[in-house]
Amino acid sequence: MPEPIVMQAAPGSFSRSETLGAQTAQGLVELDARGSHYRELNQKLYELVQRGAERIVLQGVAGQRYLGTNLRKQVHITINGVPGNDLGAFMDGPFIEVLGSAQDGCGNTMNGGTIVIHGSAGDILGYSMRGGKILVRDNVGYRVGIHMKEYESVRPVIVIGGTAQHFLGEYMSGGVLIVLASQLGPDEYHPTRYVGTGMHGGVIYLRGRIESAYLGKEVGQAPLTAEDEWLLQHHIQEFAQCFQTDAEYLLRGPFVKLVPLTRRPYGQLYAY
Amino acid sequence: MGWARVENRYHDDKVYDACGLFGFMDTTGTRQGGERIVAAITNMRERGNGLGAGFAAYGIYPDFAEHYAFHVMCRNEQARSELDSYLRKRFAVVHDEPIPYRHVHGIIDPPVLWRYFLLPQSAQMVGRSEEDYIVHQVMTINSQMEEAFVFSSGKNMGIFKGVGHPEQIAEFYNICDYRAYLWMAHTRFPTNTPGWWGGAHPFGLLDWSVVHNGEISSYGVNRRYLEMYGYLCTMRTDTEVLAYAADLLMRRHALSAELAAAVFASPLWGELEHMPEDKRRIYRALRQTYGPLLMNGPFAIIIARNGEMIGLGDRVRLRPLIAGIKGNTLYISSELSAMYLAEPGLEHTWIPQGGQAIIGRLGEPAKLAREHALQAACATELNYA
Repeated sequence: MPEPIVMQAAPGSFSRSETLGAQTAQGLVELDARGSHYRELNQKLYELVQRGAERIVLQGVAGQRYLGTNLRKQVHITINGVPGNDLGAFMDGPFIEVLGSAQDGCGNTMNGGTIVIHGSAGDILGYSMRGGKILVRDNVGYRVGIHMKEYESVRPVIVIGGTAQHFLGEYMSGGVLIVLASQLGPDEYHPTRYVGTGMHGGVIYLRGRIESAYLGKEVGQAPLTAEDEWLLQHHIQEFAQCFQTDAEYLLRGPFVKLVPLTRRPYGQLYAY
Repeated sequence: MGWARVENRYHDDKVYDACGLFGFMDTTGTRQGGERIVAAITNMRERGNGLGAGFAAYGIYPDFAEHYAFHVMCRNEQARSELDSYLRKRFAVVHDEPIPYRHVHGIIDPPVLWRYFLLPQSAQMVGRSEEDYIVHQVMTINSQMEEAFVFSSGKNMGIFKGVGHPEQIAEFYNICDYRAYLWMAHTRFPTNTPGWWGGAHPFGLLDWSVVHNGEISSYGVNRRYLEMYGYLCTMRTDTEVLAYAADLLMRRHALSAELAAAVFASPLWGELEHMPEDKRRIYRALRQTYGPLLMNGPFAIIIARNGEMIGLGDRVRLRPLIAGIKGNTLYISSELSAMYLAEPGLEHTWIPQGGQAIIGRLGEPAKLAREHALQAACATELNYA
């Protein structure tokens, strides 16, 4: 199991990182999730955190939803099994590590904290995400980053090691989406279509190339600035450290930067 | 007033669902009990609300493999005896019996449930093929008898469904006692009708069965088109059109599952433009010919018949559907967790591209389903640590 890496929402500035979960024996709790309904399981987690648990290891998770939703503390939770939909929904603070894949809606309206997935994730990852960070080692489904937003210095980040399915960054209005497509060679093209449809804020970085016909009508490609390079370097190094992969290879790019063409793509839709 | 209208009191013909689906098929034809399908569908508790659940199982009646197995539900004994005499006039009834069930807490007012093993009598078929005769009789019963429905009418297969949670319906029908090589299950979440026994999934006709999550927004045009071919929609749920459309396209018009999927979830016009010419001609012709069978709106479905299981989602993937394989068994599910409960040793799991069919066939290696999926422009493999 890789060492937990902490990337507590550090909006705007990427210097503030802190180590979570002092690994003291009394802080570590193991919980068997088998047969528990999600309400019961989330209640148990809540009570454990209230009582000061710093590291919780869940065993046998099988589709329980909303895990981590109401925990407003910096607790480290490791999930064995398959967590259900809306993992970390509205989450604000915890560090969740999934040793496997996540289902749909992971990070829904998440406010802060980190989710690390040692596998793949399903559709609408980071739906309406407002802050915090999600790292996915492999691939993701449809509409990742849909309605993701940012406010002043609070800027959510999603880094995906593999590729994404269609409608990546749909209606995105803020935040940072990085797709590393590590299985693609530097001159290979992303299979993802309708990228950034309806996008009106935030930024998407794709490693590799993309056909312009696959982009949504509301996005355009922009050249990378020094600030972009610095941001990519920061997030990719963190990603590589987390999943023990080669940052240098990934950093070689090339990268495509996608930004919205307008802040209000549909402003004139019903105005004639 | 008919039974459907009593139980479906707002007279809705279209129900908005947020359901859970599960299906698996051993492509070698080895039969197994229902425990795993019950565990899988029960796990997706949040996807249903207790107002409908059901199972379809293939290979369960080997002793009557060549007979049409009619599962019927009747509102009362009188309706059952009317249906009984109707069937005996039109078929050779080889065997009939009550569908075994047990009382389950929470399952209230079940209908009278009976099964018949039938052979059509050729003198009465008057120019129809055997299958068309069955379709005609099922349509006649379901549209004209107000208190009796045939909800399963295929050979060597059966649908078991009702109002309740999946674990209750499974217990009610003793689902674990049946042995099938292809299992399908559904848990239903109707949001604006009370739900009724006939409206639970799967929907069937001949050996077709369909489970569905979502909403067929094109129900009106689909239904009108199917009526021209003699299919009458009587179950007051949009899913019904899928069963009839499958029968029309894949049995009567002999389209492959791949082509039928391209009718239900046709590639967008913009995608047609980017296809190679020969492929574009086929897909354009399908769209021109079968435009009224395009299923619009958000959906994920599993369609099965003897020897074949097809999973399909809408073109822009507005409902979840994932696939997995272990050995020669193909799994299709709304959620990954349920699939792992049914088979902890899954070898591969993937998210198909919207509109891309997942197809399992008897006698074909299950891995073909994965190979076809990965040839699509954008399927996501789910890797497991």
